Amino acid sequence: MYRKMVLIRRFEEMAGKQYMQASIGGFCHLYIGQEAVAVGIISALRPDDYVMGTYREHGQILAVGSDPKAIMAELFGRETGISRGKGGSMHLFDRERNFMGGDGIVGGGLPIATGVGLAIRYRGGDQVCVCFFGDGAVNEGAFHEALNMAALWKLPVIFVCENNLYGMGTQVTRASAVPDLNRRVSGYGMESAHVDGMDLLAIRALSDDVVAECRAGRGPWFIEAKTYRYRGHSMADPATYRTKDEVEEWRVRDPISIYEKQLLGAGLITDEEIRGISAEIDAVVDESVKFAEESPFPQADALYDHVYASGE
Amino acid sequence: MPILTYREALNQALREEMRADPDVFLIGEEVAEYQGAYKVSEGLLAEFGARRVIDTPISEEAIAGAGVGAAMAGLKPVVEMMTVNFSLLALDQIVNHAAKYYYMSGGQYNVPMVMRAPTGVGLQLGAQHSQNFESWFVHVPGLKVVLPATPADAKGLLKSAIRDPDPVIFLEHELIYLSKGEVPAEDYAVPLGVADVKREGADVTIITYSRMTLFALKAAERLAERGISAEVVDLRTLRPLDIDTVVESVRKTHRAVVCEEDWPMCGMAAEVIAQIQTEAFDDLDAPILRVSGVDVPMPYAKNLEKMAVPGEEDVYQACLRVTEGHRD
Ligand SMILES: Cc1ncc(C[n+]2csc(CCOP(=O)(O)OP(=O)(O)O)c2C)c(N)n1
Ligand SMILES: [Mg+2]
Repeated sequence: MYRKMVLIRRFEEMAGKQYMQASIGGFCHLYIGQEAVAVGIISALRPDDYVMGTYREHGQILAVGSDPKAIMAELFGRETGISRGKGGSMHLFDRERNFMGGDGIVGGGLPIATGVGLAIRYRGGDQVCVCFFGDGAVNEGAFHEALNMAALWKLPVIFVCENNLYGMGTQVTRASAVPDLNRRVSGYGMESAHVDGMDLLAIRALSDDVVAECRAGRGPWFIEAKTYRYRGHSMADPATYRTKDEVEEWRVRDPISIYEKQLLGAGLITDEEIRGISAEIDAVVDESVKFAEESPFPQADALYDHVYASGE
Repeated sequence: MPILTYREALNQALREEMRADPDVFLIGEEVAEYQGAYKVSEGLLAEFGARRVIDTPISEEAIAGAGVGAAMAGLKPVVEMMTVNFSLLALDQIVNHAAKYYYMSGGQYNVPMVMRAPTGVGLQLGAQHSQNFESWFVHVPGLKVVLPATPADAKGLLKSAIRDPDPVIFLEHELIYLSKGEVPAEDYAVPLGVADVKREGADVTIITYSRMTLFALKAAERLAERGISAEVVDLRTLRPLDIDTVVESVRKTHRAVVCEEDWPMCGMAAEVIAQIQTEAFDDLDAPILRVSGVDVPMPYAKNLEKMAVPGEEDVYQACLRVTEGHRD
């Protein structure tokens, strides 16, 4: 888990850098600061469980275990990208690992996750579907329709609200009449919990319980993880709507530092091992950039591929 | 005449209409404190306050619906959708409600609202954020649909849209917010439903709207170097459609190329072509050609995106083809 968090942090720092150098285009939303949420929850899953991500999903798909090389190549728009260069930063998919996107429409993933839950139940499986979304998404109609339906049919879906306090420039308190999101879902009769999104072990412990509950047919669940994005909404956002002090206050509670201290305190890791992991991960990230740079752009024919699965 | 950007011109239109009419207000995601996702509403919160420049939660259906309700109750809302892509979540309010109430109520309730949204292709924004939906809106009786290409038209048309008693879908191409042009200093408005001949010519008529107009004008200059005189008709308003101006031009040039950035299937160009052939079949010397976006979702990769988006060269080539063998 430590490795995964460091990988996400370094990968995202590199993505930001590559964006500034125009190797990456379009909208690019970094996950820096929120690493513990994806890693804590996804590490509690089995490989056959499903994950539905957002457009801030680089961290989510790395947590699932997808290849950093293929992800970086996607950000570079190359043929070897995880979505073959067709998707880009907001549309990372990995069918092999049941990572279902990569969706750029706020709230768009919630009804889809409900459908995945329906399919799991339909086939009598015991998988679960984890659905990530932001605090801004709870104000979309789709959120309410999906939650009610999932609760009504007791589907194995874990709705994870990554509450980073802002939807673009709008603070939760300016967007939600009831800012306590657990209270907002209580009306749907589903179990819910909130957790410190900077505390990996707390997230993992809660996730173990919630995943077990959902597997046993006692879903769905709603989890609110309070977290923070250190960067702007996207690479294009200077984030002038929040103070330096506020950002600093959150940085003090950095999820990676917290976990590092816990590991050191428990004697589970040494400073030397930390340095070793750091160097190893830097190499992985550098390699992903090299791979992306050396990969070709998609062939012209690819423009017309994948419009229809029937090949027409 | 002062030179303004498209964005500044839109900002002026909003500002002037809000000054002139206290019932005009702006509502949408990030329009107030953030000054607009594309900064069109810059400074409006400072001048008009939070009562008239209203930030909303991310709730497109309710935003559009609030516009419909406020309009029915006598106000003049300008609803901003952050981009046209997200207006799809508001389609029910627009199509089933805004477009229908005047008719269904037998003329009792009109809906004088404007829905503004950035539209069109972006730069590597991918399949969900790089789209055109004007042909969907144009399809609906009860809606008016406006897509300005220049700063002067942007300002003048937005003013007319706000004053109009009906729901107007006002789509601003997101790649021309920084384009510049002369904008009259005096108070003026550009009427809805009137096309504009942006360049006169004799050999071929290029009919288009929005950003494609700028490509058409550039293509026309290159065509002139080859001795082909192209007339450029900017539709400006797609509904009501000023087919008279189009037909008049085609009667003169006998050839037409219709250009859109949108997908071709059931698109605006198809409609214009159908109407031209009904009205001016005997005047045509060649089949009408169409330039459209490639009929696929927008790919992210730069090289593929470039292939998918129509531009000046496509317009130019289509004009060469349609005028082949033509002697002046
Ligand atoms: C339906 C829809 N409306 C608006 C947008 C534009 N938009 C993209 S992200 C965003 C903010 C979302 O905030 P939140 O849900 O808190 O997620 P975060 O970005 O904080 O991870 C907005 C308004 C969109 N992509 N989709
Ligand atoms: Mg947020």
